[in-house]
Amino acid sequence: MSSREKRPKLAVKLAGVELKNPVMPASGTFGSGKEYEAYLDLEKLGMIVTKGVADRPWKGNPTPRVAETHGGMLNSVGLQNPGIEHFLREDLPFLQSRNTKTMVNIAGRSIEEYVRVVTALQRQPVDFLELNISCPNIKEGGVAFGTDADMAYQVTKKVKAAATQPLIVKLSPNVTDIGAVARACEAGGADGISLINTLLGMKIDIKTRRPLLANTFGGLSGPAIKPVALRMVYQAAKEVKIPIIGIGGISTWEDALEFILAGAAAVQVGTANFRNPRVMLQIIEGLENYLRTENIDGIEELIGAGHELQEGIQC
Amino acid sequence: MEKKNINKARILKNEALGPEIYQMVLEVGDTGEAVPGQFVNLYCKDGARLLPRAISICEVDRKAGTFRLIYKVLGRGTEEFTQLKENEEIDWLGPLGSGFTLNTEDREILLIGGGVGVPPLLELAKRLTGKKRVLLGFENESILTGDFSKVAAEVAVATTSGTEGIKGTVMDLLEQKEYLPDRIYSCGPKGMLKAVKDWARERNIPAELSMEERMACGIGACLVCTCKINEGPDPRDWNYQRVCKDGPVFNAEEVMFE
Repeated sequence: MSSREKRPKLAVKLAGVELKNPVMPASGTFGSGKEYEAYLDLEKLGMIVTKGVADRPWKGNPTPRVAETHGGMLNSVGLQNPGIEHFLREDLPFLQSRNTKTMVNIAGRSIEEYVRVVTALQRQPVDFLELNISCPNIKEGGVAFGTDADMAYQVTKKVKAAATQPLIVKLSPNVTDIGAVARACEAGGADGISLINTLLGMKIDIKTRRPLLANTFGGLSGPAIKPVALRMVYQAAKEVKIPIIGIGGISTWEDALEFILAGAAAVQVGTANFRNPRVMLQIIEGLENYLRTENIDGIEELIGAGHELQEGIQC
Repeated sequence: MEKKNINKARILKNEALGPEIYQMVLEVGDTGEAVPGQFVNLYCKDGARLLPRAISICEVDRKAGTFRLIYKVLGRGTEEFTQLKENEEIDWLGPLGSGFTLNTEDREILLIGGGVGVPPLLELAKRLTGKKRVLLGFENESILTGDFSKVAAEVAVATTSGTEGIKGTVMDLLEQKEYLPDRIYSCGPKGMLKAVKDWARERNIPAELSMEERMACGIGACLVCTCKINEGPDPRDWNYQRVCKDGPVFNAEEVMFE
């Protein structure tokens, strides 16, 4: 009876901003939300995260851009986007008209390009910026910033100086020491980090005996990468104090909970949206049910709780 | 507004039509305003196969609430579909994408299909009111020629192996007669679509092409299934548009083949 009266609190605070719940789409899997509005109530999500936006239109890579893998998929879209002007004109008014928090993902090939986008977004009705220094599908810039701690520090610092909104830096898993990159972003002034972006992979078509993707390599996502992503979130959580958004193969509420226990204050759902456009609603519902059954007042109590347990055992 | 969702459909029929070609009849209840050229997403039961398979709609029976789909076995996902039995259920979403435009003023219509691109032209032929001639190309065995005969004035078949109809392609069929239709609709392999586009342009005949590309979401979000579309008078004014959402049907003059 008592658990029925009290509704567990799903809201989380991220860099001082309160979100209804910790569940949001991963950039690039959700457009700017419009395509999904036929399938779900966008206002039920913790936040909407846009497709990467660059300082001018990017055409993206040739096709084929996708290959399914066991429990995952490879993509080589290459950050196709119509540019910041188009975003401000077409997408932002739409997002603003919905009662939801908005995070704009920023794409660029150089520090100057990132800064131009962030400058154009100054004082716009946007709640967060997510700096994509981890896309494996563009040749220069992108992932190069995310795989070198010093470059990650430099780009974070310069972009942060131009930003009027909290800055989340999205990290690449294609590194040997995720802790070093995470620390560099924190030192550069990031308000949070999100990880992981896709893992670099490939597929060869045995009929043509050539790489299947036109771009040869692509980013691997989906349930197949979840253990790797979880490990990296857990490691990063030990290294930084700024909030972490967990990403990588999350398709159920149990997955989301694992990331929260590993130290994520919020989670992003990506590839799972392609299998089920309503999956994020199921995850939110599952988390709420879990809190109720376990008699936990709020989800924030669980952030990083997986660490304390392990340390307890070690003692 | 009621939200769209993945639903369960009951399989009424699932049988081989030819080597690697199957037909499935799905009872979905409400087919919606499905138009020819649209497709449905079918989802695998095996969770390791994440992505939906986009299958074009061959026929719609609104009254019965059924779709007839024809699919080719191209990998493990479609292979899984062949194992489904009558009365089993499958997850589906749709109808998706844009369809062909149904121009009622057209008097002479030419439908050109190749291989597994032939099925969506059947529902189109049923809905168009003008006089329809249908040119179909296959590697070996034809499909659906009997169905087309019921709704079209003429059905001609070409096979590259010569086992049925004339030996050659639909382009050889086009040369056999004087065709001057008001409009052309076409669906099939890229090489064929490019040849159809060029043929139509030389004669100044409007044409619509249904494109195919590897998809992920099927609802316009992921940007993997793009094709090059000319958006202005300058050939440099092109962008990758989404086959699943902006298409699969495009005006032939906009489609840029590489």
